Amino acid sequence: MKILALDSSGLVASVAIAEDDVLLAEYTVDYKKTHSQTLLPMLSEAARMIELDLNTVDAIAVAGGPGSFTGLRIGSATAKGLGLALDKPLVHVPTVDALAYNLYGCSDYICPMMDARRRQVYTGIYRFENGKFCVLEEQKPIAVAEIAEKLNVLGGPVVFLGDGVPAYREELERIMRVPYRFAPAHVNRQRASAVAVLAMQCVREGRIETAAEHAPDYLRPSQAERERAEALRREQSADV
Amino acid sequence: MSKKDILILAIESSCDETAAAVVKNGREVLSNVISSQIELHKLYGGVVPEIASRKHIEKINQVIEEALAVSGVTLDELDAVAVTYGPGLVGALLVGVAEAKAISYAKNLPLVGVHHIEGHISANYIENKDLEPPFICLVVSGGHTHLVRVKDYGEYEILGRTRDDAAGEAFDKVARAIGLGYPGGPKIDRLAKEGDPDAIAFPRGKIEGSPYDFSFSGLKSAVLNYLNGCQMKGEPIVEADVAASFQKSVTDVLVEHAMMAVRESGLDKLAIAGGVASNGALRAAMEQACAQNGVRFYRPSPILCTDNAAMIGAAAYYEYVKGVRHGLDLNAVPNLKLGER
Repeated sequence: MKILALDSSGLVASVAIAEDDVLLAEYTVDYKKTHSQTLLPMLSEAARMIELDLNTVDAIAVAGGPGSFTGLRIGSATAKGLGLALDKPLVHVPTVDALAYNLYGCSDYICPMMDARRRQVYTGIYRFENGKFCVLEEQKPIAVAEIAEKLNVLGGPVVFLGDGVPAYREELERIMRVPYRFAPAHVNRQRASAVAVLAMQCVREGRIETAAEHAPDYLRPSQAERERAEALRREQSADV
Repeated sequence: MSKKDILILAIESSCDETAAAVVKNGREVLSNVISSQIELHKLYGGVVPEIASRKHIEKINQVIEEALAVSGVTLDELDAVAVTYGPGLVGALLVGVAEAKAISYAKNLPLVGVHHIEGHISANYIENKDLEPPFICLVVSGGHTHLVRVKDYGEYEILGRTRDDAAGEAFDKVARAIGLGYPGGPKIDRLAKEGDPDAIAFPRGKIEGSPYDFSFSGLKSAVLNYLNGCQMKGEPIVEADVAASFQKSVTDVLVEHAMMAVRESGLDKLAIAGGVASNGALRAAMEQACAQNGVRFYRPSPILCTDNAAMIGAAAYYEYVKGVRHGLDLNAVPNLKLGER
């Protein structure tokens, strides 16, 4: 099974092409250019290097969220365009799951965190139990203190990773009461290879979607929707 | 279909319409699919960028697939993919740009980035097979008010632009003030038919030293002051008269500037474009002024005045034949200037 995978959910842009247990190509960039400028040229270059015939790809995988709203849409629109043009299915891989999967086989608690602004992180808690990838806490936006407290209760040790770590490192150091570490550079950011490998599992389980129906999973309403819901709630409680 | 035919798939997502079209040789529309989000944005009294972007990504493939199906053209028969890359809402633009680039890459098709206003101007080519540059074009919409000299295909000289609100923006703001809601243009147009355009003397905005430029914020304030004044004096407000008088004030200025541009340029063709170009009063006034001055008047059907992709395909054709190609690093440019590359 050959998977073309994209991840532009955070600061990193990453593309990969994997076939069964071989990673044919991976290109990851953490640079100030926008994903709009980097993602497709990177894919083009990676595919050219391995003389990829795009028609031989079985599915297009994308880190489907959460993440930067704009970044997610660049990845999703790219995946949708590829799926439409090549007539291939899409696989929606949860972003935080894919980040955790970077640390394959790790028996510590794995806690990825992406900066979600508004004093929150997109995070979850994962662990490999006898080689099986277990989601202990599903990805969601919550306060750093809240996820840290859950980890304290679980009892650690914990490995933190993700582009939210630099922003909240001091806060974590203050709150954590169980042993913890920070993952090193080669595995501490989004990698499309992890998206590709998780996508293979999804395809085997039949968890695919059409390019037309795919949309990112933001895990948050837009600010306008949120404010409107709040205003309606206030009106309702005023009526009572 | 002869071999020389150029078939372009065009995509437009700069604001709150998700649109795709297939256009043959720049002037023949084989399909023109528009998915409007207007009902959604009405809840917020205007376009919410993040919601617009989210809707674009949900709809874009369906819209493109429908455009291809209606045209009967397959991706393999296309000569190029075109997309609006500015100006507009950056998040909204990015959806169309990323999608177009991916299709262009996967099918090995040339990519042509198009300026949104250039699209509006080119909408006139679709139904007027005889129209060719040079001509004067007035582009009026919710986001833009430009008086342009179209020197050649893809070559523009901006003679005048608004210094503050776009004409369509003024319609929206006045509509809100008299309780008509969003979007204001069609609602004011309808209500004005029942009112007296000479009932209230609203000002005609002028810019000292820049005869072609526009200003609509003074007019908008005058309307708001008038409404406040009536309320304070306890006088009844005749909304239809306000709508008609306001609309007359806008169209008078637009017609006057456009006719001056035609006269001074020595050109004998005038076109209008953009959402406000479907305003009934503006079309009638412009038509009359052109007839009186021996100027040929061009205007697109209302469906081609709204944001659509057929107009992007029309503009893209002339870029394509000139050899304009964009790379896979094409980015959205929210404040892209007309005539800029």
